[in-house]
Amino acid sequence: MQSNQAVDALPFEQKIVDLEKKIRELKELSDGEHLDLGPEIEKLSQKLARLREDTYQNISAWEVTQIARHPQRPYTLDYIRNLFTDFVEMHGGRQFYDDNAIVGGMARFNGEPVVVIGHEKGRGTDEKIFRNFGMPHPEGYRKALRLMQFANKFQRPLVLFIDTPGAYPGKEAEERGQGEAIARNIFDMSFLKVPVLVIVIGEGGSGGAVALGVGDRVLMLEHSIYSVISPEGCASILWKDVSKSKDAANALKITSRHLQDLGIIDGIIPEPLGGAHYDHEKTYKAVREAISKNLAELKLIAPDLLVEQRFEKYAKMGVFVDEGHGA
Amino acid sequence: MGWFTSKKKDIPDVFVKCTGCGEAVYNKELQKNLYVCPHCDRHLRMPNDVRIEFLCDENSFQEFNASIMASDPLGFSDSATYGERIQKAQEKTRSKEAIITGFASIEGHRLVIGMFDFSFMGGSMGSVVGEKIARAAQASLDHNLPLVIFSASGGARMHEGILSLMQMVKTSQAVAKLSKRHLPFISVLCDPTTGGVSASFAMLGDIIMAEPKALIGFAGPRVIEQTIRETLPEGFQTSEFLLEKGVIDMIVSRPEMRSTMARILSFFKQKDGAYYAVQPSR
Repeated sequence: MQSNQAVDALPFEQKIVDLEKKIRELKELSDGEHLDLGPEIEKLSQKLARLREDTYQNISAWEVTQIARHPQRPYTLDYIRNLFTDFVEMHGGRQFYDDNAIVGGMARFNGEPVVVIGHEKGRGTDEKIFRNFGMPHPEGYRKALRLMQFANKFQRPLVLFIDTPGAYPGKEAEERGQGEAIARNIFDMSFLKVPVLVIVIGEGGSGGAVALGVGDRVLMLEHSIYSVISPEGCASILWKDVSKSKDAANALKITSRHLQDLGIIDGIIPEPLGGAHYDHEKTYKAVREAISKNLAELKLIAPDLLVEQRFEKYAKMGVFVDEGHGA
Repeated sequence: MGWFTSKKKDIPDVFVKCTGCGEAVYNKELQKNLYVCPHCDRHLRMPNDVRIEFLCDENSFQEFNASIMASDPLGFSDSATYGERIQKAQEKTRSKEAIITGFASIEGHRLVIGMFDFSFMGGSMGSVVGEKIARAAQASLDHNLPLVIFSASGGARMHEGILSLMQMVKTSQAVAKLSKRHLPFISVLCDPTTGGVSASFAMLGDIIMAEPKALIGFAGPRVIEQTIRETLPEGFQTSEFLLEKGVIDMIVSRPEMRSTMARILSFFKQKDGAYYAVQPSR
């Protein structure tokens, strides 16, 4: 743990926490009583290293879900502040109101002008409420779309960060056309003549994620998730029992490894052991490298070809059996 | 009280209980009435063969891609495996999947048509539905024909996980290709159209129409009520509600559907009888 702030452990990390505590106690004892507990501490430290490796190597989809939602994980604004310079935030879709569940604006990445947009969950009670926990209303998607069209008009690459439990299921959201707003983004993103790099940094929650998710490259942080429905939602519908969320998480195949195997994403950005929240700096470094590499590659592709390839990419998605001979 | 009083809840085949007013309706009468309840005008879910019969010119419907079937890419299983659920749905509905697609004509206007089957796993959209919609759009492009899709779907098919979410992109892009070629796409929303279908191609029609009193929305009413902790007003997320909010163009009842569709299709035709085949100059 390199950050100054202590990391809040997750339930499945309890054994690690206990062992760490024991080592700490032995160290204190060793100092105070002029006792040499060095060999014992060394033994336990080795055990701790093994335990960490085992715990994080055989991590379940449900445990990944908890890491993906960890409140100390870097959020969109953290990435913007740490990886970009000259950020000028832009507000509103020019309709109704400014949805703060989505942030975006112009910025520079490695000195190059880009447009960066993402869901922002917010930290602390007040900001979480202000950000509606990263769950956009239709205006959020229309704001994002306006910024994407801005990028298109001025030929700047787009970097999009996905981190949302999903679109907000509220009354006003329905009244103002939540479905249409998501559909419109998918439609218009498909035609953008600038590189579109999408990175799932935490939760990729269903339609709320897809509305920012049509990209030339879609990457996932190692311990992020991307799913058609939340494990809890799936458990309550199919299992009729929300306590089966663990089973649902497993069945839905929502981890970065699964999505790569299914051919949905183009790459995985490695995280520090235990997850991004254990070492922000290391995470920023990995994400910075991934953005650099992918933007450099995408810049070489002609705008018309980007659009053509974006269509080809999604047309191929789907697994089925076709025994007939078509039309 | 109607002419018939039944103490039994359900008498299959002979009588159908209207989901709107609860009245029992003689099944044959319902069929004759295009599955519209004679008591409350509710447009009940109707089998696709009946829809084809009243909507399309006689024997004009030619189905294509009928043999595409679901596989089980995730090895998904809850209380039953996905494979078992597919098999059960196929036996129950005698359909292979939740949508049928093909060529047809309406009052002489040729078109490509797709119709969801809600009785097949809630009309849910997985890889097969996505692929059939994409191929239907391609058929429109290949033959310069308009595309009409009747939706009735609970949304994405959870059993295919992320693959079903990606069908939102695939189907939206399929109709986007038509848009680029200036070929019309007409979306008809039937009861119910929710979730991923309502947040993709179905909301991207050049014309969006709905059947009366259909439930249409992104989030289901139960989820909204749980989120906002209040009861939704009567008529929330109905066709009439969406028309008032400016989300859809029109509400078309079944007896009017054929003539309305024909009038709309004729609007897009050029003097030589063809639809736009090339991008017109601006």
